[in-house]
Amino acid sequence: MKNNRLYINGISSISAQQENAVFDGNINTYHQNIIPAVSPDYKQFIQPMALRRMSKAIRMGLTSAKIALKQAGITKPDAIITGTGEGCKQDTEKFLEAILNQNEKLLTPTAFIQSTHNTIGGQLAQYLECTGYNVTYTQNSASFESVLMDAQLLFLEDQEMNSILVGGVDELSKKMTSFMYLDHQLKEQEISNSNLLKTNSSGTITSEGAHFFSISAEKSEKTYAELIDVSVFQAKTSEDVSEKILKMLQLSNYTIEDIDLVILGNNGDNRFDHFYHHLQNGLFSEKPQLAYKHLTGDYKTVSGYAVWLACKIFKTGSIPEIFKLNGVTCQNPKTILLYNQYLGDNHSIMILNSN
Amino acid sequence: MDKGIAVTGMGIISALGTSAGENYSALIAGKTGLSYPEILKTIHSNLPVGEVKFSNLELAGKLNLPVAHTFTRATLFGAIAAKEAISQALLTKDDLKDTGFISGTSVGGMDGTEKYYLEYAEKNDHRRFIQAQHPGFTTSQIASHLNLEAYVTTISTACSSSANAIMLGARMIKAGKLKRVVVGGTDCLSKFTLNGFNSLMILSEGFCKAFDDSRNGLNLGEGAAYLVLEADDVLNGKPVLGRISGYGNANDAFHQTASSETGQGAFLAIKKALEIAGLSSKNIDYINAHGTATKNNDLSESTAILRIFGEKVPDFSSTKAFTGHTLAASGGLEAVFSLLALQNDQIFPNLNFEIPMKETRLKPVSVLKKKKLQHILSNSFGFGGNCTSLIFSKNEK
Repeated sequence: MKNNRLYINGISSISAQQENAVFDGNINTYHQNIIPAVSPDYKQFIQPMALRRMSKAIRMGLTSAKIALKQAGITKPDAIITGTGEGCKQDTEKFLEAILNQNEKLLTPTAFIQSTHNTIGGQLAQYLECTGYNVTYTQNSASFESVLMDAQLLFLEDQEMNSILVGGVDELSKKMTSFMYLDHQLKEQEISNSNLLKTNSSGTITSEGAHFFSISAEKSEKTYAELIDVSVFQAKTSEDVSEKILKMLQLSNYTIEDIDLVILGNNGDNRFDHFYHHLQNGLFSEKPQLAYKHLTGDYKTVSGYAVWLACKIFKTGSIPEIFKLNGVTCQNPKTILLYNQYLGDNHSIMILNSN
Repeated sequence: MDKGIAVTGMGIISALGTSAGENYSALIAGKTGLSYPEILKTIHSNLPVGEVKFSNLELAGKLNLPVAHTFTRATLFGAIAAKEAISQALLTKDDLKDTGFISGTSVGGMDGTEKYYLEYAEKNDHRRFIQAQHPGFTTSQIASHLNLEAYVTTISTACSSSANAIMLGARMIKAGKLKRVVVGGTDCLSKFTLNGFNSLMILSEGFCKAFDDSRNGLNLGEGAAYLVLEADDVLNGKPVLGRISGYGNANDAFHQTASSETGQGAFLAIKKALEIAGLSSKNIDYINAHGTATKNNDLSESTAILRIFGEKVPDFSSTKAFTGHTLAASGGLEAVFSLLALQNDQIFPNLNFEIPMKETRLKPVSVLKKKKLQHILSNSFGFGGNCTSLIFSKNEK
């Protein structure tokens, strides 16, 4: 079935890197495995009174959403779809610790109220006075992709649907994030993020961020990219992934030749990076290959950064060296394929076109 | 109107029992599942809950899990309920390969986290539960336990989560994106939610009295419920339990935890569901209300119902006094109850109702009622303003 068109007309990234600085060669390097996101000046976007009560996920989410909408010239979208892999962890942790430390006594509800996964989606609806369709997905590393799949469906179903706000957001919290050392999601030794992809050990580095996009069924002069297709799937082997990619290209009437560049989710975890290496040495050996998690860390909605990066590459026509995994070059890529997985699960593919 | 999406299987575990049959028996007997916490270790032993009276060990036994499994309580519930649904739908091994799984949950594996949080740093014993806190983990485990190999995702919109999961499944089948999908949700009682709702002062110390003038709060519950949805072209003459003919999702855009006075979100969700179903409000024979028995919800929901139905409010009842409010799972539980109502032409009573609320004078059905039912509206509203309404219809032969 032919999808309705889905255009990305506004983008925003809050991550461990300053939004546009990477394109000017200004890279933040860190020597720690848990990296906080660089905060923009939230006061420009959120009332100071409200700001004080907000966890970082809410701050980042609202701010990123507002930037993306403003760029696209949208004041009130028709629908809001949010993705978060681990939800509002800071408030969850705060309320949980209060329960445990105070033995269930004398608890105040603020942290509980803000702990639900749909807090950001709900806050966005209130701020934008948007009573339209509103859903929050939380499917680990496929949370953001689940959002895009729903958006695709909404456009397909409803001819009146014109603009949808979509995004992914995740935050660090003190204890719950540090547990990731204990079950080997993070590397044992602290490393420099710039060396992430050169390490040969298990685990990765983590961070936080928000990536929102204003999307529309109509192309405009603001359009960065068209989302050709998105897929979330389960795969046991690297071969399964190649097979899935070929099948998906076929369904979209694309061939492997049409792909100008790939953005891969390599995160330096030697237990699972074979999923990427297999593509790098196989299906995509002739293609320019980019990676980004050595700049952003890995977290459940980080693939939003990959979409942001693809959009920036389309718009600027430039590809900063820091992202390159190989020496294959290309001028003005037209079609970019993104592939990601985490711990061998929740695989996803997205295909974007600059049109 | 079009036929709607076929439901070919359903499964449920709640305080009323561990199968659709057990739940139905309790519903027609007017027998509440509310009790006091025994499995959940909490100081709030005075607060009634709809607790499933099986320990995690007993539940894991029902699923023949190995000793070192990573199933938290919500995962155990989910696997049990989804299994019942799949077995009723007679899905084959081959069918399962292209069957999706869409689950709603609010706190996922929080019960594991609150048990082991303080020991993780010191001891290695339970670290396998660290990732299990996150809702997507719960969903993936159920999918993999039951060999569901197509699209797997999780929706977390508080108390409307599983209603949204059902809606997404129906939409995906309608759009031809999936042939088969298991949809619903799961949530377990946890100290986190019990204390959360308690700190908001919306838990009742008595058994909840939805839509009653003296209602003073909700009771929490736990459980899971799933439906199997199938596209018409793969039914092959299989029995159809009912159809999902309408669905609507809207946001109240008013407050993080309270519903607006006008019930705007609820109103819009019901309106959209009727539009999708191609039905007028006159066609609705029964409303399975969200009816949590908080002051705020029941008034806001009643207002929305009056705005839609005017003078002719159909029979309605809340089944929360049977099961407690099972949060993210409630839309799933109430979908099963709606299908049971359709199959048996019975309206399950709104227990503990005595006096209509002053503002609206609406009277729910308070004793089991026999009535021909064609279309049922089921409401689920949650924190974050998330409102979803579903319409279940009898299968036309």
